[in-house]
Parts: sequence; structure tokens; C-alpha cells
Amino acid sequence: MEIDPLIFRLSIFILSIFVGYYVVWSVTPSLHTPLMSVTNAISSVIIVGAIIAGLSGDSESVFNTSSLFGFVAIALAAINIFGGFLVTQRMLAMYKKKKKEK
Amino acid sequence: MISANLSAIFYLVSGVLFILALRGLSSPETSRQGNLFGILGMIIAVTVTFLSIGTFSSGFIFVIIFIMVGGSIGAYIAYKIPMTAMPELVAGFHSLVGLAAVFVAISAFLNPIAFNLGSPGNIKLGSLIEMSIGAAVGAITFSGSVIAFLKLQGIMSGSPITFKGQHPLNALILISIVILIYLLCSTQSSNLFWILLVVSFLIGFLLIIPIGGADMPVVISMLNSYSGWAAAGIGFTLENTALIITGALVGSSGAILSYIMCKGMNRSFFNVILGGFGATDDVSSKSSKEQRPVKSGNADDAAFLMKNASSVIIVPGYGMAVAQAQHALREMVDTLKKNDIKVSYAIHPVAGRMPGHMNVLLAEANVPYDEVFELEEINNDFANADVAFVIGANDVTNPVAKTDPQSPIYGMPVLDVEKCKSVLFVKRSLSPGYAGIDNDLFYKENTLMLFADAKKMTEDITKNL
Repeated sequence: MEIDPLIFRLSIFILSIFVGYYVVWSVTPSLHTPLMSVTNAISSVIIVGAIIAGLSGDSESVFNTSSLFGFVAIALAAINIFGGFLVTQRMLAMYKKKKKEK
Repeated sequence: MISANLSAIFYLVSGVLFILALRGLSSPETSRQGNLFGILGMIIAVTVTFLSIGTFSSGFIFVIIFIMVGGSIGAYIAYKIPMTAMPELVAGFHSLVGLAAVFVAISAFLNPIAFNLGSPGNIKLGSLIEMSIGAAVGAITFSGSVIAFLKLQGIMSGSPITFKGQHPLNALILISIVILIYLLCSTQSSNLFWILLVVSFLIGFLLIIPIGGADMPVVISMLNSYSGWAAAGIGFTLENTALIITGALVGSSGAILSYIMCKGMNRSFFNVILGGFGATDDVSSKSSKEQRPVKSGNADDAAFLMKNASSVIIVPGYGMAVAQAQHALREMVDTLKKNDIKVSYAIHPVAGRMPGHMNVLLAEANVPYDEVFELEEINNDFANADVAFVIGANDVTNPVAKTDPQSPIYGMPVLDVEKCKSVLFVKRSLSPGYAGIDNDLFYKENTLMLFADAKKMTEDITKNL
């Protein structure tokens, strides 16, 4: 009998939860704010779904109800991707070590 | 057009890059590189999506336009936002992830053929379950984050909103969501899908309104977690590995942060979620207490104390963020250091309105991160320090958490500020902190209260040093 591909995706999902668990515990508490902004940015990889949705219209009409929802979702996710990564970059650039004393 | 297998491999690659992005945050040195990994992962995911669709129809132009519109708004916000407003920004971003998840789910529900999920009214059962879970969690994330945003921004009062029968009502709605998903999957009715969305928006709203402002660190972390689970739900629907991995990562990340925040307040997760903490039922404790004498001083006294100290520990709190006092504080510390006084910073896990909030503000003011310490690292040093300078913090220093089992904050880990030879407390008034309780520290022999705006007081002290 063949295994349902869903089982493989479920395996990836469960293992990723464990990876996430260990990786996040190793994040230093002083970087918890950048952690939140970067997780924000990467969860916006949902944009791949939005792109598929946006391009679901046929050649005659680019816009239908379904694709319109997709286009708006693209814009929302893009705000998050650019905003999230850039603000994280901006924050991380501020973390500096003590300059060598005199 | 690239094959489905090849694109699946690329999605896996971008998922791994996202893991590395989080991994980089284990230390500030590797964090910037980590962020680049994240950006690279995102570029790969988007490019592969374009390539796997293949036919370059006119729709592509619109996709690019919408990305550019959203991208420029995002970039503009990222450059303009003051660091003190990070909690609001993160809450706002969470709401967008939630809403995007809802929209993708709606789009897939209306046009399942485009997603290869069956035809309208006859969507594959597994996909429909995943889609409706993704949509429901996304909707909860959206409306919950909007409320959190409004509370943080001060548009909505930070005090908890509670009413009779709140918890039974919420429980009822949550059960109805499960039933709705079940009915939706058995009937494929689009009406039920819309009802499901409306009910989910409603419960997100109802879940957050009873939670008070000081519990926002937990709320933001929790919504962070939800946004991850929503993304994972959509990832299952789209059979997309990158989305599943990311959703799991973000989901567990948010859950861990919520746990750390709850532990910082010594409260159970359910206690926070059920809300109502810090509501106005503290009248009795306030009125029963007689006026106790406090010693108050001015900038000159504070400067004198610090000048004669050999080590100073600074305890920043939310009040520092409100007063935007971080730069003034750094200048004061610079002056102290010139006088060969050892200065370090002590950060409580729940100081501020989100995890790591104080650290970012101090970093913004050019405070080197190796002078900033977490509670466990520095708590033993208070006994040997001469001056503790408490700026905008309150409950996290309250010794009552260690001594009075009746206190609502009993058992919460607190900074042992009272062990210092002298304590300087910058505060606007004697009003109790968020937990609604009096701070014994105000009345201690060795405490000097400095009643003023945090920024102005710090500047004045610097002048007097």
C-alpha cells in the first residue's frame, strides 16, 4: 500500500516544530524582539499562496473574485516581508559590543 | 516552467534557510548573517513560485505591482518607525499575516482548480479541513492582533474589559468553530465558510479584550505563535514545504516566548489568557494603607549619591520607553564612566511591552550589549552595588513578591534592588504599578524617590554630575 503524501508533510511539520523548539531556546533573550520581527517576515512566505491565487484568473480576465483576494494578500504579505526584514536589519545593526577601553 | 519535484526541493532549501535565520539569533554577531539567510530564503521561495507557474500571463505585471506597492509601504514603515513603537509594529505585522492567510484561504475556496484542490463544491476533504483551520486561525490572529495593536497604541484603553459570562461565551464560540468546520467539510457549503470566518474574527476580538496592557508581552508572543499555525495550515493546503516548515518554526517560537514571559510573571498561561489581571478590584488595598513617609530628592541629591558610588546598576522599565529616556540615560552613564564608576544594566524578562523590548531600546542608544544583563546573571550583584537606579520600572522590583504570599505577584522573580546600599527611583508619582499593588521599596530607609519625568530627571542628573 502506498503512503499518503499528507503523512510526509505531517512528518515535516512535526519535525520542524522540534527544530523550532531547540533553535528558539538557543536565541539569546536580548534578541527576542528581532526574533519576533524576523518570524513575522518569514511567516509571510505565505505570499507564495497569494501569488498562485493572484494568477488564478484566465487569459481574458486577470481579475476575478478569487484573484482579487490573492492580489490583496500579495500586498499584505509584501508589507510584512519588506517591513519585517528591514526593521530586523535596522535593529540588529544597533547591537554593538563594548569598544576596547581607551 | 520547472517540475513540481524541483520546485519542492527549492522550497525545502528556503525552509532550511529560514531555520538558519533563527539560528543566527543565538548571538548578536551571527544575527545579521542570519537575517540575510532569511532574505535569501524568501527570494528563492518567491522566484520558484513564479517559475513553477511558468506561463507569463499579464497577471504577472499585477503581481509585481502589488509586491512593489506592499514592499514600499513596508520599507517606509521599517525606516520610519521609532524603536519605542516596536510592540505596536509587531502586533500590526501579525495582523497582516493573519489577514493574508484568510485571503489566500478564501481565494482557494472560491477557485480550488487553480490550486489543484478539486472543483468548487467538491474540494478534497483533506484540503478543506486544512484550509478551514488555516482560515480560522488566520482570522483569530488578525482580529486579536488588531486589538493588541489598538491597546498598545493607546487608542483603546489598556485596562482589561470584562463582562459577565465572558468565559462561557468564549468557550461556546470556540466549540461552535469546531462544529462549523465539521459541517463545512461535510456539506461544502460556502455560507458555512463565511460564517466560520465571521465567528473566528469575533473570537479573536473577544479573546484579547479582557487581557490587560502589562500582559501584552504574552499576548504578542501568543499571536506570533498563532500566525505561525495559520501559515502552516495554509502550507498544508498548498502542499508547500517552505510554508509548513516556516509555520512550525514560527508557531513554536511564539509558544516558547509566551512560556518565557509567563514564567517571568510567575503566572500560568491560562491565567493570562483568561485575563482580568490588574483590573480595578485593588481599591481595598489602596485605601486601607495609611500614608507612609517617603524620602524624595532632586537631581542634585541623586548626582551626589552616584558620584560617590563605585558601582551603579540601572533597572530600566516601560516608563523609560514612554519617556524616550534611553539616550539621556546613556549620556548619564557616559559621565559616570568618566568618573570611573562601574555601570551595568539589569533587565527583567517582562520589562516593557514585548520580549526583549528594553534590550532594543538600549541598543538604539548605543549601549554595548555586553553591559546589559538578564535577571539571573545580575541578581546577585545588587548586594555588592552602591546605587540601583530604577527608571520606569516598578512591579519587577517589588520585594513583596518574595515576602507576602497574599500578594498577586507573589512568587514572581524580581530584581533584588532592595539589597543595594541605596536605591534611586525615578517615577512620576507614588501610584502603584500595573499589578495594582503598592511597592514597599518606596518606603525603605535607603530609597530616594525622584519624582519627575524620566528623561528630564536623567538630563538634570547628568548636569549635576
